[in-house]
Amino acid sequence: MECVFGMVGKEFAVVVADSSAVHSILVHKSNEDKIMLLDSHKLMGASGEPGDRAQFTEYVQKNVALYHFRNGIPLTTAAAANFTRGELATALRKNPYSVNIVLAGYDKGIGPSLYYIDYIATLHKVDKAAFGYGSYFSLAMMDRHYHKDMSVEEAIELVDKCIIEIRSRLVVAPPNFVIKIVDKDGAREYAWRESVKDAPSVA
Amino acid sequence: MSIFEYNGSALVAMVGKNCFAIASDRRLGVQLQTVATDFQRIFKIHDKLFVGLSGLATDAQTLYQRLVFRHKLYQLREERDMKPETFASLVSAILYEKRFGPYFCQPVIAGLGDEDKPFICTMDSIGAKELAKDFVVAGTASESLYGACESMFKPDMEPEELFETISQALLSSVDRDCLSGWGGHVYVV
Repeated sequence: MECVFGMVGKEFAVVVADSSAVHSILVHKSNEDKIMLLDSHKLMGASGEPGDRAQFTEYVQKNVALYHFRNGIPLTTAAAANFTRGELATALRKNPYSVNIVLAGYDKGIGPSLYYIDYIATLHKVDKAAFGYGSYFSLAMMDRHYHKDMSVEEAIELVDKCIIEIRSRLVVAPPNFVIKIVDKDGAREYAWRESVKDAPSVA
Repeated sequence: MSIFEYNGSALVAMVGKNCFAIASDRRLGVQLQTVATDFQRIFKIHDKLFVGLSGLATDAQTLYQRLVFRHKLYQLREERDMKPETFASLVSAILYEKRFGPYFCQPVIAGLGDEDKPFICTMDSIGAKELAKDFVVAGTASESLYGACESMFKPDMEPEELFETISQALLSSVDRDCLSGWGGHVYVV
């Protein structure tokens, strides 16, 4: 079952997602990257229907880039979140996307922010967010250990605690996770947490 | 589970002496799970008009955006703010437009009309207006709210007393409803 979660720290935000691509009982791959870089300072972690997830996140990424080209300045995180919600809301009564999104970004002058966007286009700005069956465990761990203005080390410690909970308590726990971080220096991959490595492909 | 009970909400508005109060809970949930405890359900349309939207959160947000748009257009054309009675009719019309594919929201409208006369009303998800002289309620905790308001309400309360009354009514009602709670937002005008 897909797990995405994220939290805001001191001058940064972190998004974590599992990396298994599953089709019924078959695991296609365990190094699927579900956190898309929308632009230099935004991360969009998504979970849900695989086709919708890839298509919708790419759609948002390209529209964020288009705005930048047209207007010369990048969208703020709030604006990107509201755009995403608008697209989901418009599609909701015609051709709904089944994608749950955690959107994190860093804006100069505003700092880090995190947005929870449901598959039915419920938008809310939060400090910690999680989706999927894993959310029952990660939200509980975050409620217990989270505090405002955590350092990167503290936040990653908490992320690891959440991952341990998910791995030990969820019956179909995903083996591998990817952690991405966004701060004033931009959005980037922070680490992978792998307990199962894919077999190396033959050249 | 009903679509109206997906996110959980509690809304109440009360009339006082030349004032009104509107209050909501702060929980945003997804069925049994609580997602946030600071969710905003009451929105300002103008200084003397507030609308609270209970029910499905996504429809509340979409409907709020449409209402603000319509009101801003009205302000540009008429060069004044909308009266609460007019606004209620507008909300009712917008909801009925979607009669066969409705917004899953129950709005609560509270405002001060001419000469600061307080006006409150609620409607169902397809725009059937329900005007009241004392209080109106909406949301998953509405049944508890009816009981609490009926016993605590007095006509012509001053703002301070009205604030106390509406807060106590809200807090005691949401305590009996698992889908709403986590505090309250109260606006007194």
